[in-house]
Amino acid sequence: MLRFDGVHKSLGGDEIIRGVDLAIEAGRTTVLIGPSGCGKSTLLRMLLRLLTPDAGRVLFDGEPITERTMRAVRLRTGYVIQDGGLFPHLTARANAALMARHLGWDRDRIAARLDELLSLTAFPRDGLDRYPVQLSGGQRQRVALMRALMLDPDVLLLDEPLAALDPMIRFDLQRDLRAIFRELGKTTVLVTHDLGEAAWFGDRIVLLRDGRIVQSGSIRDLTEQPAEPFVRRFVTAQRSHAVDAATGSEE
Amino acid sequence: MSLASLAICAALAAGPAAGDGPPIVVGSKAFTESVILGEIVTQLAASRGAEAHHRREIGGTRILFSALELGEIDVYPEYTGTIAREILSGENLTSNDEIRAALARRGIMMTAPLGFNNTYVIGVRPGTADELGLVAISDLRGHPELRFGFTNEFMNRGDGWPSLRRRYGLPQTDVGGLDHDLALRALANGSIDATDLYSTDADIAHYGFRLLTDDLEHFRRYDAVLLYRQELLRRAPEVVEALADLGGTIDGPRMIELNRRVKIEQQTEAAVAAAFLGVRAPAQETFVQRQTRLLGEHLYLVVVSLVLAIAVAVPLGIVAARRPRAGQVILAVVGIIFTIPALALLVLLMPVPWPREPGRPDILGIGRETAIAALFLYSLLPIVRNTHAGLKSIDLATRESAAALGLSAWSTLIRIEMPLAARTILAGIKTAAVINVGFATLAAFIRAGGYGQPILTGLRLNRLDLILEGAVPAAILAVLTQVLFELAERAVVPRGLRLQLPG
Repeated sequence: MLRFDGVHKSLGGDEIIRGVDLAIEAGRTTVLIGPSGCGKSTLLRMLLRLLTPDAGRVLFDGEPITERTMRAVRLRTGYVIQDGGLFPHLTARANAALMARHLGWDRDRIAARLDELLSLTAFPRDGLDRYPVQLSGGQRQRVALMRALMLDPDVLLLDEPLAALDPMIRFDLQRDLRAIFRELGKTTVLVTHDLGEAAWFGDRIVLLRDGRIVQSGSIRDLTEQPAEPFVRRFVTAQRSHAVDAATGSEE
Repeated sequence: MSLASLAICAALAAGPAAGDGPPIVVGSKAFTESVILGEIVTQLAASRGAEAHHRREIGGTRILFSALELGEIDVYPEYTGTIAREILSGENLTSNDEIRAALARRGIMMTAPLGFNNTYVIGVRPGTADELGLVAISDLRGHPELRFGFTNEFMNRGDGWPSLRRRYGLPQTDVGGLDHDLALRALANGSIDATDLYSTDADIAHYGFRLLTDDLEHFRRYDAVLLYRQELLRRAPEVVEALADLGGTIDGPRMIELNRRVKIEQQTEAAVAAAFLGVRAPAQETFVQRQTRLLGEHLYLVVVSLVLAIAVAVPLGIVAARRPRAGQVILAVVGIIFTIPALALLVLLMPVPWPREPGRPDILGIGRETAIAALFLYSLLPIVRNTHAGLKSIDLATRESAAALGLSAWSTLIRIEMPLAARTILAGIKTAAVINVGFATLAAFIRAGGYGQPILTGLRLNRLDLILEGAVPAAILAVLTQVLFELAERAVVPRGLRLQLPG
């Protein structure tokens, strides 16, 4: 569905991505993980052509993402960032429905879609007319998810969507999100630095370091067959979270 | 916005005045005597059936004479000494006939002298004159103990104290420079014994000073005359005839009396001119009518210039935010414009080409359009800068979120960026509006009307009440502008942003 072919990218003189080849399977959740500065967010932004590769290609559905195909790709992709990226001057409803309105959907169709998304994301209906500043962090992320899913995209990209939330809210949202991903069965790419979260969401985990892929596989692969010492160190540092998930003692 | 469109509609509807041929435009300089003479000429022309306007207190000699040459005014009062020494100083003219011939080569006609000579005179107290038997300046030679206080300008002029002393061989040593008004009071209370005066100064009669005859003819003649455009002979021969009839009708004491009525008795120039001509004075505006007119003129200047500035500066600010290289140039240029002093900017704008109705030169010249152009230029900086800053302050995450949704650059600008920058842009517009309310008072220097006009007249006549009549409403208007924009903020700034703390 999504593919990186020999991608390199430098930002401000530093080479952030140093040759990445990665195929992301359709209908599953892929987690990009690694320490700060490893290039995981940069890869995600290249999938939307918010950044363009210096070398190599980024493909969407087999086609390179170009200036010409960029808009079509963006309309088929939902994007959620750390603190939601909601537009502060618009209500929750206007944020979620922005693109649908822009594309000329009629009122009934928008209302029907919002109804579906409200129940999917468990967002309270009376919150729709609130502005982002009037919502809690968790509620904002639910609105951001509604906005990302409004056009029923094929791909969902999430960049540290839960990193700014406090642990209780985070726990609820992790549970809800995984249920949503499984229910929708979309091609999902999630960026995190938390191995527990990666294990929780990821059908496949891609560990990055210094702009390269270190290891790619299930959480079991990473814990039991580390490809190099760095993987062991990374896993050990986050073991307390990772072990529970890996041994299946969830919830 | 509705106020602005109203103002524009009114301007379009006004158009050129109806009638056969353009009206006769009379100009006058920014001092009382010139305004009275201008008023006399205007009412005289009107009494001969011509449509005449008086553009009062336009400025100094240079501005008046170029306005006459360019055809922006048709006639104005001038002094022969000023023509010979200032306007045509390179031609070394001495007699009135030479001056008349030199002007004719420029298409300008000069009437016969009106009858008074407004030159420098030396004034003393009547007591001193009687006691010492002073009649002429040469009588001062025998009294070296007399104390002289001259205006600072007179101390330095080519025909001032140094040359006067040489010419008459005056022995006085206690001589100093001081301000004109202080010199008048110093002479009246005996601190000095002689000072320089203008011969038609109303203060001479007011204080009862005695004038000494210039028996060696040291001072040049400054005979009052009227200058008019040659084409007036063809356009309005009856008016030219009336101007010629004015020759020799105003002698020195008569002019002093006319000046006295305005400066000391505080009658209007129009009333004094009407009494002189023996015609009925034109109807006077009431206080309310005048305030309403001034408010209208002032708002017109501010609103039209601001609307134009918003239309130009906001797009410029957007370009500046999008293209950093062009942005630096744009911000630098509007910044430089802002530093040009107001009066210099007005003078720079006067020769700018501008389409006019037939019979007027196609330049901005003096008047409303020039003032609007200047206010427009001053408004650019705050609006461009705030538009630029407002757009630049939007964080990357917000802009990327908009792009990631698939919004085009244009839609992102209209739906996301402009609403987010609205508060900052509005603050820039508010700054421009408040600055404009203040700067618009300077428009009176070029006859563009507004609250600056009573301020200028008040300064000339030294009347605090007139100054306040312009300054107080202008200050109130500035405050109201602030309030208006605070209300506008509720309408323009999205509710989601107002819920946050500002900043």
